[in-house]
Amino acid sequence: MIEELSTPESPGALRTDVKMTEEGFLTDDFVRQLINVGEIDILVGLPTCNNAKTIGPVIAAIQSGILQWFSRDRAAIIDADAGSRDGTPELVAGASIDDVQQRAFNRVALRTLHSISTQYGSSVARGTALRTILSAVELLRAKATAIISPDSSNIQPDWLRVLLKPISTENFDLVLPTYARHKFEGLLITNLLYPVTRAVYGLRIREPYASEFAFSGRMGSQFLAQNSWNDESARAGSEVRITLAAITGGFRIGQSFLGAKNHVEQHAADLVLALRQTIGVLFWSMESNFSLWSNKTGSQPIPTTGTEQEFTIHPQRVNRKRLHEMFRSGVVELESVFRSILSPPTLAELQRIAGLEEDDFYYSAEWWVKTVYEFAAAHHKAVISRDHIIQALAPLFRGRALTFLLENRSSSAAEVEANIESLCLEFERLKPYLLEMWAGRE
Amino acid sequence: MREMIVSELTQAVQELARGFARFLPRLIVLVIIAFAGWVIAYFLKLLARSILRLIKFDRLSENAGASQLLARAALPPSSELLSRFVFWVAWLGFILLGINVLGIFGLHEQIAHFFLFLPRLFVALFIMFVGLLAAGFFSRAALLAAVNGNWPSPRLLSISVRAIIIVFVLSMSFEELGIAEQTVLVAFGIAFGAVMLGLAIAFGTGGKDLARRFLENRLVRGNKEDKNEDELSPL
Repeated sequence: MIEELSTPESPGALRTDVKMTEEGFLTDDFVRQLINVGEIDILVGLPTCNNAKTIGPVIAAIQSGILQWFSRDRAAIIDADAGSRDGTPELVAGASIDDVQQRAFNRVALRTLHSISTQYGSSVARGTALRTILSAVELLRAKATAIISPDSSNIQPDWLRVLLKPISTENFDLVLPTYARHKFEGLLITNLLYPVTRAVYGLRIREPYASEFAFSGRMGSQFLAQNSWNDESARAGSEVRITLAAITGGFRIGQSFLGAKNHVEQHAADLVLALRQTIGVLFWSMESNFSLWSNKTGSQPIPTTGTEQEFTIHPQRVNRKRLHEMFRSGVVELESVFRSILSPPTLAELQRIAGLEEDDFYYSAEWWVKTVYEFAAAHHKAVISRDHIIQALAPLFRGRALTFLLENRSSSAAEVEANIESLCLEFERLKPYLLEMWAGRE
Repeated sequence: MREMIVSELTQAVQELARGFARFLPRLIVLVIIAFAGWVIAYFLKLLARSILRLIKFDRLSENAGASQLLARAALPPSSELLSRFVFWVAWLGFILLGINVLGIFGLHEQIAHFFLFLPRLFVALFIMFVGLLAAGFFSRAALLAAVNGNWPSPRLLSISVRAIIIVFVLSMSFEELGIAEQTVLVAFGIAFGAVMLGLAIAFGTGGKDLARRFLENRLVRGNKEDKNEDELSPL
């Protein structure tokens, strides 16, 4: 049995200012439950929606991790649920602690482990889920918070240690994950989001869009206060938004290796949606932080626990023909749109590439970088609707993805890593081109 | 007899002189109003041009597709065209005010009609401009959605969306101007109905396979998974 050695702090000790701000947002019942919990040290947030199949092992791993690594800390699990109809909230709230205790090295927690579930809406909204968890963090004055994806089927108790310890013991403000991935998974991260974030802000953050991450109470408070949550567009891509808030806010950022990333980002399987939530958010951030990034050259590594990135190289079927067709039709059909976004030489090059056969297809790193930078400048100048600019990038990304697949068809993990590094250096080398387009484009 | 003729002529000349004396100040007023109107209209033209450049009206117009139409018709850019329009409307208004001062019988009512017509003209122009903007935006949105969704004939879909919106906007503008209201209404009804019927028939017969695929992809989970076979997770 987990012994409850601490009595909850008096409700008056809670952050009443936050309570006032968020009282219209959080349900009364949820606030009451949080008040009963009192102040805590560690909080684990779960943004769930119909995850009954996977949530059991995830909860068990979280509880094991807390018992194993944070047994002296006051801890809580907060489930922000999007109206699950498969009993997910009940599973979270009623997960057996005894069973975990048996499995968890016969350790006994010195503090109460609370598990609370609340419903924030009737459809998935990751931004709202994060806001719910951040509000709970504020109310409970949690010192360190980890967000865990509820479909992480391969979660280990050790994840909590590598995510939360740097915050609780080394004063990091944001700890992002690195994963072992298949070399062809997460191409939007490896070929676009990571290199652009690195070149623009000068920090080598491998997973700016993280499913699992941890942050300090200080970082959480600032992000909760600064993000304009009532704006729907500001709630989209909250995972990238929190990374960018840490970069632009000068917070201490670290990375921890979590192992294989087994769950697929279902909510972002749609490429256009994924682009909106990643590169769209990054372009917006560049808009308001020009003075911060415009003077940066090169990039710096950030402290990393474990390896920075691992690639698996087992064979995987990929529909290259579809990528080729969609790139080709995109370049042909969207010519009128590209005329507003791209410079004539870049458009001419894309049209030349679109004429290549699949086997000869090659969208070079240099032209890819120029394309992305011209898109960023067009987004800055709002030459057409900004959302249309992001949508127009989708077929071109498919072309770049196809080149990456062809280039790395038989590459080893080290060669893949070298190719990604080479692309990143190309983004850094051509940063003056971005500044030129940013300033000069009419 | 001779004296009578001279007297009548003298009287006529005197009448003419008196009439001219009465008319001359009004004519001078007309000239002054026209000149002042020209200066004010020119100032308004410059002001309109500056404001339109400030709000980047040409870019808006380009996005709406209006610039391309103007270029094809060898007309100046839309901001220049609109500022010229402001100039001519303002100057014409002043000239008509001046003519009103002349007191020519029957012109009062026509001039009043002109001034009553102006607001409707501006509303019609506004509707057309907003409509063209909307047509440009929605046709591009349709084009992007069709390309990214890998649908057949994205450009045809985009042009159709644009055409439907423009027809709708033109009918609204003509109705606002009061030009052949009934004809425009009936023509619009027939054209819109024909397009919708055509689309329905085309989708139902010519595109039955497409419709089946579309519905299967939408409604049958298994097929959606098949479609995503070999797809890579972008994140």
